[in-house]
Amino acid sequence: MAHSTENLAARLARRFPAISGSEAQGETTAVVERAGLLEVCRALRDEAEFRFEQLIDLCGVDYAGYGKSTHGEGGLTAEDVIEFPDYPEQHWSGPRYAVVYHLLSVALNQRLRLKTFLDDDMPRVNTVMDIWPVANWYEREAFDMFGIVFEGHPDLRRLLTDYGFIGHPMRKDFPLIGQVEMRYDPEKQRVVYQPVSIENRVLVPRVIRRDNRYVTPVAVNNNGNNAHGNS
Amino acid sequence: MEIRNYTMNFGPQHPSAHGVLRLVLEMDGEVVQRADPHIGLLHRGTEKLAESKPYNQSIGYMDRLDYVSMMCNEHGYVLAMEKLLGIAPPLRAQYIRVMYDEITRILNHLLWLGAHALDIGAMTVFLYCFREREDLLDCYEAVSGARLHATYYRPGGVYRDLPLSMPQYQSSPWHNEKETAERNRNRQGSLLDFIEDFTRRFPAYVDEYENLLTDNRIWKQRTVGIGVVPAERALALGFTGPMLRGSGVAWDLRKKQPYEVYDQLDFDIPVGVTGDCYDRYLVRVEEMRQSNRIVKQCVDWLRAHPGPVMIEDRKIAPPSRTEMKGDMESLIHHFKLFTEGFCIPEGEAYAAVEAPKGEFGVYLVSDGANKPYRLKVRAPGFPHLAALDEMTRGHMLADVVAIIGTQDIVFGEVDR
Repeated sequence: MAHSTENLAARLARRFPAISGSEAQGETTAVVERAGLLEVCRALRDEAEFRFEQLIDLCGVDYAGYGKSTHGEGGLTAEDVIEFPDYPEQHWSGPRYAVVYHLLSVALNQRLRLKTFLDDDMPRVNTVMDIWPVANWYEREAFDMFGIVFEGHPDLRRLLTDYGFIGHPMRKDFPLIGQVEMRYDPEKQRVVYQPVSIENRVLVPRVIRRDNRYVTPVAVNNNGNNAHGNS
Repeated sequence: MEIRNYTMNFGPQHPSAHGVLRLVLEMDGEVVQRADPHIGLLHRGTEKLAESKPYNQSIGYMDRLDYVSMMCNEHGYVLAMEKLLGIAPPLRAQYIRVMYDEITRILNHLLWLGAHALDIGAMTVFLYCFREREDLLDCYEAVSGARLHATYYRPGGVYRDLPLSMPQYQSSPWHNEKETAERNRNRQGSLLDFIEDFTRRFPAYVDEYENLLTDNRIWKQRTVGIGVVPAERALALGFTGPMLRGSGVAWDLRKKQPYEVYDQLDFDIPVGVTGDCYDRYLVRVEEMRQSNRIVKQCVDWLRAHPGPVMIEDRKIAPPSRTEMKGDMESLIHHFKLFTEGFCIPEGEAYAAVEAPKGEFGVYLVSDGANKPYRLKVRAPGFPHLAALDEMTRGHMLADVVAIIGTQDIVFGEVDR
């Protein structure tokens, strides 16, 4: 595996000079510009040195709270964020949304992760349904969960949430307890929706500890020292 | 005269909908024109929940995804964590995991076979399958204390070593002393003895199922030529596991991208020819026999090689209770692990295992915190169900039931 992934990164760089690729834990990740996505995908499926016949997974990621220690969830409000003055955290500065494609080549036994970043205000990207039909439901799920619009998708309906659901639950600004709860109303003799009555309860704060064993050279430089590492 | 298609609702409370599938069928007479599965009735937001909990507290949620192949789901999640942490469990733990993965595979295929046969009208197989499931669930119980949701795999190994004794039946008004002694006969030794006894008995049981089904005329009428998926189409539709192998693609992660100790073990991968329901049935039945072989090999290895089943790194694996009571540092480690948990270095990883239903993958994004930043579960059943429309088109209504059955759908993992 290690040998073939090494080759894959090199082959990618040769074939697509514009793609920035990287390797970690024996996996190859390539970041693709949103505009050229379809072209790259088609080449990855059809060309003899890639032959990714299978789209194994497609998912959205919301980077809004990335790299923040928080009391609650999300880390989107200032009160929520825990500051560690000794080692300032590196917050996410890139675009908020990303779509991640996991590709598998059965013929060549190799895997590739494709990532494309989307605009913050209106996340949209072209559908890859024409290349891998399996994308149909995956894209519907990503639309449902993150509100990412897949342009050219023939049937972009919600998939997992309730009929008439409002909001995109996997976004970091969507509360874990949800917005509405449902109960049976004996007077109206039907099920009614009302704002949630429970309070959000977080038992364990989300903290980022700088563990000496995992500190990368970059992090050492930024922090000045890594002696505060604490686990 | 005007002939119109009509729409039919199938489920969500239908016994052969395998849980909570709501299927909107557009019918032309008795022929399906279009099938639109409405899923999400069992959506519990596992991925969102995992984001709000320390890593080790989400292992139990994984059991509840595909609730008939519990330990395989844990395995995927634990592997993803281990990949980012850069640790590997001790060899004995790897063998235990492989053995339980294969026990899980047999469990899953037994339930599938029983339920599938019941859907198509064979009652006896269902009862036979549950007889054997009972023994295997006892193996689950002996090792983890739970018959279904084990939470047995942990990052760095497994929760504890295999027990040296099997729990025994007690006599009751329904089972007298003599009967009870007979039921306990193969439970006198250790768990490994019990499993070995099972592996000796099991091939004959599989013969029993095959006697009932493989050459059965009605079974063949209901499955041969139903839901045919050519190999190329199966790849494009994202099929994995028996669904892909039934179409003739020899792809199995245990062979092609071996994890744990699968490369040390001797087993074969059955492959179908035509890609219909009957071939997928044959593939799964043969997989049970192969799993049995693997379990036997693991038992032999585990007997000969005692050793640790968990890594010694106290930043990840908790100390033993006795250690904790006497040693201050162990107490601190214990306290930290069970309150805050451990942090996983920043990065992302995708780990996949060959679950009974296909490729179960976990995509984990960590920003260095004690909770996952993003956890995406790649459930094998999801793309299979997505292809239901294509597989059922042009078939009769009764074949829809056979096709749902052959897909081995479990809503815990489809809806997540």
